Amino acid sequence: MKALQTNNASNLKIKQHRFVEILLKIFIWVCALLTVSFVVGIIIYILVKGIEGMSWNFISTPAAAYPVENYGILGNIVNTLYLIVITLVIATPIGVGAAIYLTEYAKQGRLTKIIEFTTETLSGIPSIIYGLFGSVFFYSVFKLNYSILAGSLTLAIMILPIIIRTTQESIKTVPIMYREGAMGLGATRWYMIRTVILPCSIEGILTSVILSIGRIVGESAALIFTAGLAYNLPNITGIGDIFKKAMDQGASLTVQLYQYAARGGEEMKYAFSTALVLVIVVLIINVLTKIIARGFKKVK
Amino acid sequence: MAELNNSDIKIVTKDVNLFYGDNHALKDVTLDILSNKITAFIGPSGCGKSTYLKTLNRMNDIVPNVKISGKVLLDGEDIYENGVNVTYLRKKIGMVFQKPNPFPMSIYDNVAYGPRVHGIKSKARLDEIVENSLKGAAIWEETKDRLKQNALGLSGGQQQRLCIARAIAVEPEVILMDEPTSALDPISTLKIEELMSQLKEKYTVAIVTHNMQQAARISDYTAFFLVGEMIEYGETQQIFSRPKNKKTEEYITGRFG
Amino acid sequence: MRNSFIEKLNQLNNDLIKMGGLVEDAIKNAAKALEEDDVELAKKIIAGDSLVNEAEKKIESQSLNIILREQPVAGDLRKVSAALKMVTDMERIADNAADIAEIIVTANVKSILHISASITEMAEKASRMVGDAVKSFVDVDLELAQQVVERDDEVDALFNEIKTILIENISHDKSNVDIIVDTIMIIKYFERIADHAVNICEWVYFFETGEYKSTQII
Repeated sequence: MKALQTNNASNLKIKQHRFVEILLKIFIWVCALLTVSFVVGIIIYILVKGIEGMSWNFISTPAAAYPVENYGILGNIVNTLYLIVITLVIATPIGVGAAIYLTEYAKQGRLTKIIEFTTETLSGIPSIIYGLFGSVFFYSVFKLNYSILAGSLTLAIMILPIIIRTTQESIKTVPIMYREGAMGLGATRWYMIRTVILPCSIEGILTSVILSIGRIVGESAALIFTAGLAYNLPNITGIGDIFKKAMDQGASLTVQLYQYAARGGEEMKYAFSTALVLVIVVLIINVLTKIIARGFKKVK
Repeated sequence: MAELNNSDIKIVTKDVNLFYGDNHALKDVTLDILSNKITAFIGPSGCGKSTYLKTLNRMNDIVPNVKISGKVLLDGEDIYENGVNVTYLRKKIGMVFQKPNPFPMSIYDNVAYGPRVHGIKSKARLDEIVENSLKGAAIWEETKDRLKQNALGLSGGQQQRLCIARAIAVEPEVILMDEPTSALDPISTLKIEELMSQLKEKYTVAIVTHNMQQAARISDYTAFFLVGEMIEYGETQQIFSRPKNKKTEEYITGRFG
Repeated sequence: MRNSFIEKLNQLNNDLIKMGGLVEDAIKNAAKALEEDDVELAKKIIAGDSLVNEAEKKIESQSLNIILREQPVAGDLRKVSAALKMVTDMERIADNAADIAEIIVTANVKSILHISASITEMAEKASRMVGDAVKSFVDVDLELAQQVVERDDEVDALFNEIKTILIENISHDKSNVDIIVDTIMIIKYFERIADHAVNICEWVYFFETGEYKSTQII
């Protein structure tokens, strides 16, 4: 009889566990559903609001001088591309170089800890502060005025932590046995880095580059004070003009969106259309990341 | 041990002491490694046998806080002397590691890695080296049709033979092997052992192994290490049939600890 | 560590000692049966031979089992290989004792003993050599083993002495041929037994040193 009672008690306990489990499951489902519906909701909202101002004309022509009838963002698209390319050209070599130095050459000690801590802090600073710094430092001190170059330099500082951290992480995952193998064959440290370490961590470096592109495309606060607000197309008549454009003002898509939204009224719909383009661009970047990552896994 | 001719000695180590920080990992290790013989180092984990092996081509240099004293002579030359070119030293003394570690590149590039480190660029010359090395490591037949494929697609045993091919591609004089079969299945292990007895015709082989039967099977000389000390060194036959030291006997007969 | 292996080795050792005991008894009884013309005891010896054969098979199987499963090295390897070789000699000793017993059962023992007093002396010497050989193994007593090896010469001398007497006898008197043949067989058996005792001692020496008949064979 006694045995039976204990049996009952433990049965009850099992039931309780099941009840908690079901409750947790429901909770998790609700959370997941909420997250998905937020994202889907935002996208649908932007789609609905943005489709009105969207037209081939909108994305294929630059805006004419304000105030005018023609609204177009081609100039901003070009500006954004300029920002991406110039920023990456500046930040990637520096970031990768710093990462290699920190993981491969620097003696692990206080100095490297301080540098790593600083990089981490950099990545936590609000972007408006970068904008403020850039406007003082590059605009005034370097006399770059409002220019895409000044904007890119500012963005480069901002994305350095991303590149350094991600590259460092991926260099650290290169198995020690590859290093031993290379050293055992008499390779110097730099030869080993060049032929084994970097090829092995290229995936991580590319990931950091793509993350950085996302950050560049999405940035506005740091650019308003540095890259300026222009939306015209570069007037390219020769090779030199391609570089000259870097010294011109240029608003990125996000800055343009901010301007449309700030002015409000009729132009609000163009803000949403720009947002729609941005969302699509970000989506494409994400898909690209996935494809590249998968490609590397296949090679391995 | 029989009387040795000086020309038979490839590597002399004399009173080698090694510290990892405060840890005294090798204590006055003195022994001679003979040319064209397989010398096996046995002993329980942490006895210093791997550490000793790595002092022979200065692989301990990579580890921070290492202090080494004593003499290591390769053909009479002190390899720890100032001005010794470590790259050149490691060309002469190659190494094969515990886990097969081919680089994530093609089979061809793996074998050509060493020669390229040492400045060989000619395609024809590299082709020749790759073929000869793969043949020397008894893996040519299995790989000749897929030299451009990624080496990580090979089986564990093939990868290890590829690593041996990679090591002999730089034409070393000595090959150090750090538990080269501990990650392999029995058949692959036997293949590597077979290969080792071929290798000793051209090279001096030193191997660290956890597998005493392996040491007994393949080596000509055996040294037994215990907590950083070299306890006994002699012909393998003697060590495994009538060891002189009681600790050696206890270890090889499994009465240890 | 390796407790079951050590257990197996101990078991092998015990079985060897046990077999040594059986063999020692067989040869001692053979000497006694001869001396006292005891046919019953002789029959017992013949019956006991199968026990020795079984013990031999058991030890062989144990030894091979250890080699197969444990791959013994050093002292362990020497012990197992010595066991394998030794049991053959032990079994031969028991066989020879049984052969002697068979002659005792059928032959005219009194006449045989009448030929020479050295026959019983030889029987006792050979019997003691076997006893000491077994003892030298049990105690791993190399000195005793060495003594046994040296004592073989005494047995050989007795064998030659009796042989000469027999040759003389047969040239004088051809009516006793069957007795003489029985005698020569008996003393030959004792001489062989002494040789086997020497062999056992040599394997004891090998077990300790790896040396067999002054050659390092392992």
